[in-house]
Amino acid sequence: MMILVIGANTLREHLRDKILYNLLLFALLLIGSSVLLIRLNHGDSERLIVDLGLSCVNLFGVVIAVFIGIGLVNKEIKSRTIETLVAKPVHRCEFLLGKYLGLVLTLATNTLLMLGGLLGVLMMMGMAIEPMLFKAVLLIFIELMLITAVALLFSTVTTASLSAILTLSMYVIGHLLDDLRTLTLKIEFGLRVLLMGMYYVLPNLESFNLKGRVIHHLEIGQSEFLLTIAYGLVYTMFLLFAAGLIFQRRDFR
Amino acid sequence: MSPDFAIRTEALRKVVPVGFWGKPATILEDVTLDVRRGEVFGFLGPNGAGKTTTIKILLGLIYRTGGRAQVLGYEAGDVRGRRRLGFLPDMPHFPDYLTAEEFLRFYGRLSGLRGPILERQLGQMIEMVGLVDARHHRLHRFSKGMLQRIGIAQALLNDPALVILDEPMSGLDPHGRKEMRDLIVRLKDQNKTVFFSSHQLHEVELVCDRIGILAKGRVIAAGDVPELLGAWCTQHIEMVVERLDGEGMNAARKIAERVTVQGDRVVLIVPTQRDVDALLDLIRSRHASVVALTTHKKSLESLYLEHFAAAADVSLS
Repeated sequence: MMILVIGANTLREHLRDKILYNLLLFALLLIGSSVLLIRLNHGDSERLIVDLGLSCVNLFGVVIAVFIGIGLVNKEIKSRTIETLVAKPVHRCEFLLGKYLGLVLTLATNTLLMLGGLLGVLMMMGMAIEPMLFKAVLLIFIELMLITAVALLFSTVTTASLSAILTLSMYVIGHLLDDLRTLTLKIEFGLRVLLMGMYYVLPNLESFNLKGRVIHHLEIGQSEFLLTIAYGLVYTMFLLFAAGLIFQRRDFR
Repeated sequence: MSPDFAIRTEALRKVVPVGFWGKPATILEDVTLDVRRGEVFGFLGPNGAGKTTTIKILLGLIYRTGGRAQVLGYEAGDVRGRRRLGFLPDMPHFPDYLTAEEFLRFYGRLSGLRGPILERQLGQMIEMVGLVDARHHRLHRFSKGMLQRIGIAQALLNDPALVILDEPMSGLDPHGRKEMRDLIVRLKDQNKTVFFSSHQLHEVELVCDRIGILAKGRVIAAGDVPELLGAWCTQHIEMVVERLDGEGMNAARKIAERVTVQGDRVVLIVPTQRDVDALLDLIRSRHASVVALTTHKKSLESLYLEHFAAAADVSLS
């Protein structure tokens, strides 16, 4: 119950943040601009709209997840609002999960609005809307949940700026894990062990990327789709558990 | 733990890592306190003595390194103890994107209040702190005094048995200090326990039943206010007298430490109550009048410097 109370308040906090509206407006303008871009492009118009639209949903979602995610806890500590919040009869884990829930709800709102913009453009251009598009957006959202949990974990152990750097690094590496594996075949043993370790431990974010399949009209199998969702959720829960353990022991001096 | 105590600490200790290499620094060395239910307890000490650290341990904001701490019968930080506790920090920092009403509703829900009870408490608190007109204003528009008021409202929203106030008088104007003192007295009348920290002795003396004095992370004295402060605090007594004749003046000079003539008035400075009695006898016999009688007290800082610095140094060495 406390998680819901804190989550709802966190959502309200974000909805009153002007930066969020600026980002959303910019994303929607970018999605809308694909209408103009297809006039310059002699290739596949649908491909360009879908590609740009999904990229916007992903990119702006990541920007919000990282830059709000790193401040979820740090901001409360820095502004000292944590002192009165944690003094209330609330378990620290409830507080942390509530803040997380609030940002996930913000991301859900944002993602739905951007999806609405993309669907609007596709309908305006008289193009077909395939179910794969919704699957792709759902996986982007799962990825955003995971990235938010990464940002939250880093923000419980280090400063906001370092958390941002580490989370963005994790995002980039997470999308390059398949290349990392290829690289391990060509390098010496010691480094190979290290890189293979990274391959297995770090989240494989590329598995959430269905852009190519949507563009090329390739279906994703039901089991593969569900397994990817489960992978994202289990990884997220593990990150939240680790963040909770650290947050539980932290002194708010 | 005895149900008679709202707060009990025993040899409370806090060591924190400092600097790049995390060198250990002792913030609290030995804090042993008993705060009885229903009393107003003043937690005194100069800046940096460890008052806020002790309060943060009681609230579960930081963890103790050693010793014991209990709040309302539960280990410090236990959620069950915090259900009947209200806290006002030294600097009121609250979510400023919320309106006063939204803020109290949010904090009320966190305290476990729901539905009509929450709404009734919210209305009462807003009215009590005089913010009815500002209830729909966001907190970022609030002045420091208004934030202090809304802070009091959130601390009392859940009808707590124990109210912890960290430096509640600091930064307030005389009117605000008077209101805060009245509030503390009102809370005592409602049989609530009030534990508040301060470094202003006169504020504490006016409202506290008992006090504890902290110096360099140790409680160096604790007990009833008159017992602890009465003997130490009076620096001198100033008496202003009118119509004192020459003979009376000569007699007064023998009793008073200092005599200053200001027009037709004489200001007499004496160190003890016995000297005051002697002067009063003299004034009556000379048919003069006492215009004013003022007791000048030492500040906590000077008291600390004179009486406690040496004690703390000895106990820490």
